Amino acid sequence: MHASVSNAVPSAERAAEAARNAKDSRDDRIFGWVLKGCALIVLLALVGAAGSTLWLGSDAFHTFGFGFLTSATWDPSNDQYGALVPIMGTIGTAFIALLFAVPVSFGIALFLTEIAPQWLRGPVSSAIELLAGIPSIIYGMWGLFIFAPFVAEHIKPWLMNNFSADPPDGQVSWLVTHVPAIGKFFASEYPFFGAGVLTAGLVLAVMIIPFISSVMREVFQTVPTRLKESAYALGSSTWEVVWDIVVPYTRTAVIGGVFLGLGRALGETMAVAFVLGNTFKFSLSFLETSSSIASTIANQFGEAQGLQRSALMALAFLLFVVTFIVLLIARLMLRRMAVKEGK
Amino acid sequence: MSASLYTKRRVKNIVAMTLSMLATAIGLLFLAWILWETLSQGLAGLKPQLFTKITAYREEGGLANAMVGSLILNVLGILIATPIGVAAGTWLAEYSLRSKLGPTIRFLNDILLSAPSIVLGLFVYTIVVLPSKYLTDGDVTFSGVAGGIALALIALPVIVRTTDEMLRLVPGTLREAALSLGVPQWKLTLQILVRSARSGIVTGILLALARISGETAPLLFTAFGNNFMTFNPLDKMPSLPQVIYEYTKDPSPDINVLAWAGAFVLTMFVLALSLIARFAFRSKVSHD
Repeated sequence: MHASVSNAVPSAERAAEAARNAKDSRDDRIFGWVLKGCALIVLLALVGAAGSTLWLGSDAFHTFGFGFLTSATWDPSNDQYGALVPIMGTIGTAFIALLFAVPVSFGIALFLTEIAPQWLRGPVSSAIELLAGIPSIIYGMWGLFIFAPFVAEHIKPWLMNNFSADPPDGQVSWLVTHVPAIGKFFASEYPFFGAGVLTAGLVLAVMIIPFISSVMREVFQTVPTRLKESAYALGSSTWEVVWDIVVPYTRTAVIGGVFLGLGRALGETMAVAFVLGNTFKFSLSFLETSSSIASTIANQFGEAQGLQRSALMALAFLLFVVTFIVLLIARLMLRRMAVKEGK
Repeated sequence: MSASLYTKRRVKNIVAMTLSMLATAIGLLFLAWILWETLSQGLAGLKPQLFTKITAYREEGGLANAMVGSLILNVLGILIATPIGVAAGTWLAEYSLRSKLGPTIRFLNDILLSAPSIVLGLFVYTIVVLPSKYLTDGDVTFSGVAGGIALALIALPVIVRTTDEMLRLVPGTLREAALSLGVPQWKLTLQILVRSARSGIVTGILLALARISGETAPLLFTAFGNNFMTFNPLDKMPSLPQVIYEYTKDPSPDINVLAWAGAFVLTMFVLALSLIARFAFRSKVSHD
């Protein structure tokens, strides 16, 4: 190399340039690898969370087998663990949450995209999004001190008087005598106690409304104005435009938004831990206390040892797999909408 | 006949519009209700001792150690998550174009964004807290570091996503101009692209901070909590959300008042952060 330097300056420059290029491309490769390594941490976090909970939960899965999912016994004093009650509590609260959050979110999205005057849209949507910013522990406190007593005082007695086979006012309603089994869903041993599946579901509903409504609002805005205008030109009312044009056009993304909310509701811990009651008695009633997977882990993991700890890890694994699938569906559907938009 | 159909359609429309406004009112009502309770109940407990005394004295105490602990945990979380998150987001936006891995990671990141934080807490418990017995004299040690790592896992997807989105907003001509001048790609990325997307990335970091400030569940099995003032990240560390959790469960009303005061401080902090992120930087980041 030195030999060539002595007789020709241009080639020396070329060599230096080649060296610089080689160094640059090497640095580029290293830089790329480092970045890629960081990106892979996301993958590792998900795989690790699933793997570690499965690994530490395997003891419980081995000991109880399939019965872990179907047994309603959760008895730390005898080291017997079945996940049925937490699973049902999780599903029940999420169901109630969706039952209330979906129509309300739809109404909010409709209001923000079609009805509200332009100057009101910004402030109202910011306010709704603030709901998403409030920490879940605050929802829990509010639920425990304010909302659960409110439910106990105003909502639960009314529901029990009308739908329960054992109403506090002693008069069994017409509905209960004519609709079979309805009383089972509205039974409660403690009529004036506010915590329960319904209360937890309602608190969850408030928590997921901002997520569902913001997805709905965003996708409603992607409907081509041409489509809506032609429907209006044919004499459709606002409601008809929304129900016959906007909703069919955005259906997949709307379902995606609902699943996103469901994923949140399934995994929420602190708010539910305060207002669900944390009991392990099997019941079909929405007014009874229960426990959810997440609240059980939060309440018991600190003191748990041995098989109980493993059972809690197994619960965490179940929760993770279920929310993963739900969120997968949500994201796939939202992605389909993005493809439609041409993003 | 046609008149009655017209009336029917009009009534239906009016009913739907009314219900929609009612739904919005319900949403706003709950926001106002929660904020009002936090504000009114919290102000009642807002005393100077809240910021000067530690939790060890119970009714006569304050939340000073919890606030300091939260601050340390959050800073740790952000310090860990920011470089990794910005790097991962940069890889997604700039390097993953020709690989199949890119869309997959972007997709998984979106899922991590909504994954239950309690499971991530258990994950950190398994990989950090449990192995700690090999480093110490055989005890499993909860620590501020473990809590910080758990919070970092929650902050990470927020930062990845905003970095990715912000970098993709940078015009391609900027890249072409730099590359045609012979700038190597790493220099282009660090000195031109990341810099021009800086305000968006900072917004993402602020949103991530707001998100982790209120997290409670993952801290229960990582930082664990402590009734004393500690600055040692290898020690058990108290945090504001966790003390609120403990004090809310407490049967004593005097302790509940402290929980409300803590809730007030926490809520104001989180809301201020999200407002700053939203308005000061005026970005179009979505963070669902």
